[in-house]
Amino acid sequence: MATQHSRSAARIMMAPAVILLLGWMLIPLTMTLVFSFKKYLPLRGGDLGWTGFDNYVRFVSSSAFWPSVQTTLIIVGGVLLITIFFGVLLSMLLDQPMWGQGIVRILVIAPFFVMPTVSALVWKNMFMDPVNGLFAHLWKAFGAQPIEWLSDLSLFSIILIVSWQWLPFATLILLTAIQSLDSEQLEAAEMDGAPPLSRFAFIVLPHLSRAITIVVLIQTIFLLAIFAEIFVTTSGAFGTRTLTYLIFQRVLESQNVGLGSAGGVYAIILANIVAIFLMRIVGKNLDT
Amino acid sequence: MYLKNALRAVTALTLITTTSAFAETITIATVNNGDMIRMQGLTEDFTAKTGHTVEWVTLEENVLRQRVTQDIAAKGGQFDVLTIGMYETPIWAANEWLVSLDDLPAEYDKDDILPAMRAGLSHSGSLYAAPFYGESSMIMYRTDLMEKAGVTMPDAPTWSDVEAAAKAMTDKDNEIYGICLRGKAGWGENMAFITTVANSFGARWFDENWKPQLDTPEWKDAVSFYNNLLTSYGPPGASTNGFNENLALFQQGKCGMWIDATVAASFVTNPNDSTVADKVGFALAPNKEGVDKRSNWLWAWALAIPAGTQKEAAAKQFIEWATSKEYIELVASKEGWANVPPGARTSLYENPEYQKVPFAKMTLESINAANPDSPTVKPVPYVGIQYVAIPEWAGIGTAAGQEFSAMVAGQQTVDEALAKAQANTAEEMEAAGY
Repeated sequence: MATQHSRSAARIMMAPAVILLLGWMLIPLTMTLVFSFKKYLPLRGGDLGWTGFDNYVRFVSSSAFWPSVQTTLIIVGGVLLITIFFGVLLSMLLDQPMWGQGIVRILVIAPFFVMPTVSALVWKNMFMDPVNGLFAHLWKAFGAQPIEWLSDLSLFSIILIVSWQWLPFATLILLTAIQSLDSEQLEAAEMDGAPPLSRFAFIVLPHLSRAITIVVLIQTIFLLAIFAEIFVTTSGAFGTRTLTYLIFQRVLESQNVGLGSAGGVYAIILANIVAIFLMRIVGKNLDT
Repeated sequence: MYLKNALRAVTALTLITTTSAFAETITIATVNNGDMIRMQGLTEDFTAKTGHTVEWVTLEENVLRQRVTQDIAAKGGQFDVLTIGMYETPIWAANEWLVSLDDLPAEYDKDDILPAMRAGLSHSGSLYAAPFYGESSMIMYRTDLMEKAGVTMPDAPTWSDVEAAAKAMTDKDNEIYGICLRGKAGWGENMAFITTVANSFGARWFDENWKPQLDTPEWKDAVSFYNNLLTSYGPPGASTNGFNENLALFQQGKCGMWIDATVAASFVTNPNDSTVADKVGFALAPNKEGVDKRSNWLWAWALAIPAGTQKEAAAKQFIEWATSKEYIELVASKEGWANVPPGARTSLYENPEYQKVPFAKMTLESINAANPDSPTVKPVPYVGIQYVAIPEWAGIGTAAGQEFSAMVAGQQTVDEALAKAQANTAEEMEAAGY
């Protein structure tokens, strides 16, 4: 039973952590907001004064803005589709009793432990390289012309690389969900004569919906900020410039802190729109 | 016994205090290139000579550029010596971010620094960074493939010679590609090369009033030629190849020719890494018939001191040590002449030992053929050969690089790429207040 006294003591003891965490978030956020209203060019003498909404207008009216939003959404959507589809498949497969299950599970999870930069380099140089890559050799073995993955199918290639990395995460969460499925329910349905597809659609999938929601939410948060894979493979060329990458180019390549900060604020807004949208549509599942 | 030990301790203490009164610890930011890694290994020599100790912050090129730019722009004071390129030096010097190196002692022999390097690292007549190593670009070609194809490479070829040789050597069925060139987007990747091609076709980035010139016929000729050369005789996926990718292809024997940085010469002729080490010839970067500028660039990694450092004297001593003639001899004595930092000092090229290195002569000729003050035929308002030394260049160059990369990949025509690059450049320049 907490007394008035112990409650205020708890508040005092928690205060440093709360203040630290608030500062941790608020200081960078405030700085981004302040810079976004300034003409701040480090290589041209630094802070050149306030400019009002100029940076915001310039960022949105630049020809690169809408394509970059579109690219971001395509990548996020593509990766989500692939990881959830194959995640469900793999998790059901891994749930089956089989020989060497432990090893297979570790192998499936392995990509998650590889750093994004490393995995992007490995994919770029070992698989997708049109001269030395594994795919090029495969294609040639069948007498076909190797595909120039990163330039001809650039967006698909990046979705593929990122999906490979996030599939283990989806699989892992979905596998735990599947393991918690009551097998008696499935057996009862089977005895009632429900075919496998119906059993999947009416029992397994609804049971997984909560896990899928978690996968969608968590992955979306990380995928909106995807950067390393693009930096390593295409450097934003061939229509793979996401919003994050555009901001990076504005701040660090063009050395325009004000413009980049305005882009950062847009990114926060976009992330929030996507998050609210997701919460509305799929978040309902979390309540049940 | 006790007395002896006490005496020893006192002597040691005195030694430590007296040396530490003069000795300082300087922090140096540098790039993770082979020559710089070697320099770190030799730091003991510097410490032995001066008593100063050194802390290294070694970073990848792009990261280094961002870190030191942020540090110096925000006056962070993290570093006492910076490794910067020829692009940054005049811009930073103009902002008064760097300490002038004009007062280095006479025995340092500043006049020994190659004139092209001094020009590129100076601002209004004062030297602001000392070249650690310098480079130009040149043609590296396979002598065996040229012989097999029955063509010869003159020492000073034209673009027609290069195209003919590329055509003759290309054998796509056996994965031999006539020419490997940069196609990967980036101001320091494909744009470095494309800008030099443009120079050799008489094109320029800006006219005297800073108006972008990418809509001129010279640019169209240059970019069309580059695009045709690379798509007809280049390796597949050339639009994603940068320096490292092309180096690997050349070392594997898949390129007939490669036009790139002179420092690559020591990598392609190193038998440990290269399968074609003994079959490489060198020639000057080409020009177009009738145009009096070659397509070679000029670059230096140089050491500079940020204004406001507390340890300016020690930092100067370090720069003196690392870019001196003695340092070159030190490396030569430990690692051989082929591994000394090239392209910085005239005396190196007068050294008979160094003249035996196969690429020494062509490197010097290439460097001497470059003039950052006058990169192309027509007058320009900027300094720089494969870049334009203004702060906006990195953004402009990279955006244009992406258009040309998409062009090489076959996703847009030469005209479309040039029109987009022109529009974006005009937009950026207007925003920057030109």
